[in-house]
Amino acid sequence: MADKQKLVIIGNGMAPGRMLEYLFEIDADAYDITIFNAEPRVNYNRLMLSPVLSGEKAYEDIITHDDKWYEDNAVTLHKSAPVSEIDRVRKIVTSENGLTADYDKLVIATGSNPFIIPLPGHDLDGVLTYRDLDDVECMIEVAQKKGRAVVIGGGLLGLEAAAGLRMQGMDVTVLHLMPTLMERQLDPAAGYLLKNAFDDLGIDVITEASTKQILGHDGEVVGVELEDGTRIDACMVVMAVGIRPSADLAKEAGLETGRGIIVSDDMRTSDPDVFSLGECAEHRGMCYGLVAPLYDMAKVIARQLVGDAAAAYTGSVTATKLKVTGIDLYSAGDFAEADDREEIVLRDAAAGVYKRLALKDDKIIGAVLYGDTADGPWFFDMLKKETDVSEMRETLIFGQAYQGGAALDPSAAVAALPDDAEICGCNGICKGTITNAIQSKGLTGLDDVRAHTKASASCGTCTGLVEQLLGLTLGDAYNPSAVSAMCGCTELGHSEVRRLIKAKELKSIPAVMQELEWTTSCGCAKCRPALNYYLVCDWPDEYADDYQSRFINERVHANIQKDGTYSVVPRMWGGMTSSFELRAIADVVDKFEIPAVKVTGGQRIDMLGIKKEDLPSVWKDLGEAGFVSGQAYAKGLRTVKTCVGTDWCRFGTQDSTGLGIELEKFMWGSWTPAKLKMAVSGCPRNCSEATCKDIGIICVDSGYEIHFAGAAGLDIKGTEILGNVKTEAEVKEHVVALAQMYREQGWYLERIYKWAKRIGVDEIRRQIMDDKAMREAYFERFVFSQKFAQVDPWSERVSGKDKHEFKPMATLSLEAAE
Amino acid sequence: MNAMMQTWAKIGVISDIPARGARCIKFGEMTVAVFRTSDDRVFALEDKCPHKNGPLSQGIIHDGCVTCPLHNWVISLETGKAQGADEGETKSFPIKLDGEDILLGVGG
Repeated sequence: MADKQKLVIIGNGMAPGRMLEYLFEIDADAYDITIFNAEPRVNYNRLMLSPVLSGEKAYEDIITHDDKWYEDNAVTLHKSAPVSEIDRVRKIVTSENGLTADYDKLVIATGSNPFIIPLPGHDLDGVLTYRDLDDVECMIEVAQKKGRAVVIGGGLLGLEAAAGLRMQGMDVTVLHLMPTLMERQLDPAAGYLLKNAFDDLGIDVITEASTKQILGHDGEVVGVELEDGTRIDACMVVMAVGIRPSADLAKEAGLETGRGIIVSDDMRTSDPDVFSLGECAEHRGMCYGLVAPLYDMAKVIARQLVGDAAAAYTGSVTATKLKVTGIDLYSAGDFAEADDREEIVLRDAAAGVYKRLALKDDKIIGAVLYGDTADGPWFFDMLKKETDVSEMRETLIFGQAYQGGAALDPSAAVAALPDDAEICGCNGICKGTITNAIQSKGLTGLDDVRAHTKASASCGTCTGLVEQLLGLTLGDAYNPSAVSAMCGCTELGHSEVRRLIKAKELKSIPAVMQELEWTTSCGCAKCRPALNYYLVCDWPDEYADDYQSRFINERVHANIQKDGTYSVVPRMWGGMTSSFELRAIADVVDKFEIPAVKVTGGQRIDMLGIKKEDLPSVWKDLGEAGFVSGQAYAKGLRTVKTCVGTDWCRFGTQDSTGLGIELEKFMWGSWTPAKLKMAVSGCPRNCSEATCKDIGIICVDSGYEIHFAGAAGLDIKGTEILGNVKTEAEVKEHVVALAQMYREQGWYLERIYKWAKRIGVDEIRRQIMDDKAMREAYFERFVFSQKFAQVDPWSERVSGKDKHEFKPMATLSLEAAE
Repeated sequence: MNAMMQTWAKIGVISDIPARGARCIKFGEMTVAVFRTSDDRVFALEDKCPHKNGPLSQGIIHDGCVTCPLHNWVISLETGKAQGADEGETKSFPIKLDGEDILLGVGG
């Protein structure tokens, strides 16, 4: 133990993180490791900052190594500890906050700093950079003010920042000094397409824009003035004009530096015990700002650290992908025009596709793809390997699928990729790693691959490739469309299980598991809630609801939050409320010191952050004011959103509020396969957004249009029209029958739009609109079921039901533990 | 050594916990979840998922495991270890039944 070598790492970005992963793969015990991190946090995936800025992901989603990882690998991580000095004689590093560590080997990975143009006003509040999570958090905070942001710099980072701020609801102007965007990675044609795409996103792009000064008032940014006199009002200016390797610390320590810290092929600096990698390193005159070269460097250092003197880094060719939702852009290599070069161009204006290859001596030296980037990795692979393409010149630009006379089989393209071809760019996972994991670990589906390799687990753009690899590796054994079993406890699918529950009259979970030969003794967290729902739905009068098979939210009738507290949403029928109700809610909020109150998208009020012990008392007070549970936690009827209809609106054609309230009062309490959200709009202007709901009604002069199967969550989908009816009574009969049909046939957690897609909209119309007897039978079964379902779960619990849920069983004093 | 010196504290009786359910014990600053399986065995884990500290006591209990309510990690009731491809471990405590009584090991 005592003679274990000490490794100190300065910086905790992606490059050293990857280096440690490689090192632990080779020899987990080689070093005692200490990391100094200037940022106050663990290692996260910097490539994913753009989705964090745009709100598509949270910080937690992009963590690469959590605290536990450092603990498990016995790595000491000093957070918020920028290093101030390296003493190479005594081999000690010291941080600004006075921590020291001595080393046998040192790795400097200080990364880079954003370049700030020293314009007048660059030090005003509201002038930000886009480098790390702190920057993103600042940007999100300022973005709450809405208003306009100006992004200076139309390169990769600047454009990603602009798109993210736009998604945060800001108006955005991009100022770019050059005539076209991303001119280092794109040719003018692709730059033009990109500018159009940004116009479509509602982002103003001004090229050849030279900024004169940033305007301020009371120390805060209020706008930007260009050299030509144009003034743009803005509350935020983001500088994204480039990065500068952070080499000062190394320079002060007497290491050889140029633009960055100079390293040779073995990744050692001018001091053989000091390595450097990442954006701060300069190798053969190049400094890299992209992730692939950093990973290559990381691999070399890991091998050098365990004594493999032959490990060498020889430079990288890099490819770029823009991470803006809806824009496909890929660029690699060099594509400047020159006499000794040829080019192949493919344009498809209608499809918005532009592809260009630059060739020299029958080899690809550059590729720009816009609109269709599927062949990017294939071109890039040939570029890196300097493959002679003369044989396939004629069809090269059409992509890999057109080569070798083979049919247009996309999986052939994937099959042809070499094992070291990168599939998942976010996590740096190669084809070989994925196929090996599939074979050695017996993986059978996408989720398995994600769990074991992390491929396709971040942004998901490589999901198709991973699925093809599954197909290629498993052959016929991989069948993504096969009837998938409910869970690992049975081979039966949901439909078979539902059918057999009826046919064999199975009326309890143990009966289902016994008769249908479940392979586990008491099921799992996937099948138990499903079976419980099927039994509640099919045998409403006979089945005793099994609370231990319900997800916690349905067990305690509130929504669990990330910190283990709960949120409570009382029903507000049709979204209508009163001063009395609002006063009662305000009193409850004060009395229980509820930290957050929010108006929901379903027209009601959510009280968040309630301690579990307090739930029954909260419900008691709400109940006394006449409130019942809003079932905001249920796979069941949630809300019926309404507009004010003929009561108030000058355009209203029917009493949409009254109809919504009537439907909600009729249907509340019913369990459904997945949540069921409804809306009633008083006219086709559709203020209650009925056309993206599970079931929606649009009132028209002549009656009512019934819609269903909309979605506005993970998927966005307009509704289908079920049909038109004339009276409120008919609306009720049709809507209730439709809900019952879905209740009887849907798979657990299957939203109505997915069920409709599986069953067929025409078949649903036939049963509900055309077949009167069938419709009436569905309606009757729903009404029967409601007799047992319409019990307010909150008042039940106020009266003492499930008391054990809300109280600790015992409290042990600490003395008992001594 | 620990095992010989173990001190046991009575925390309740088995019928306090529904079968395939859990109850919490406040233990100083810590919350301990006590689980009862369908075959009436009891287990005790710190009420914190190794993933993101989700309250395991609120999960669904099945086949000697509990599924965390926040992100569906499956944790072994016996060892506290994450199952499947996930890696992590939550602290487990000695616990035993003496007739109807549940006794929790609170250290030696």
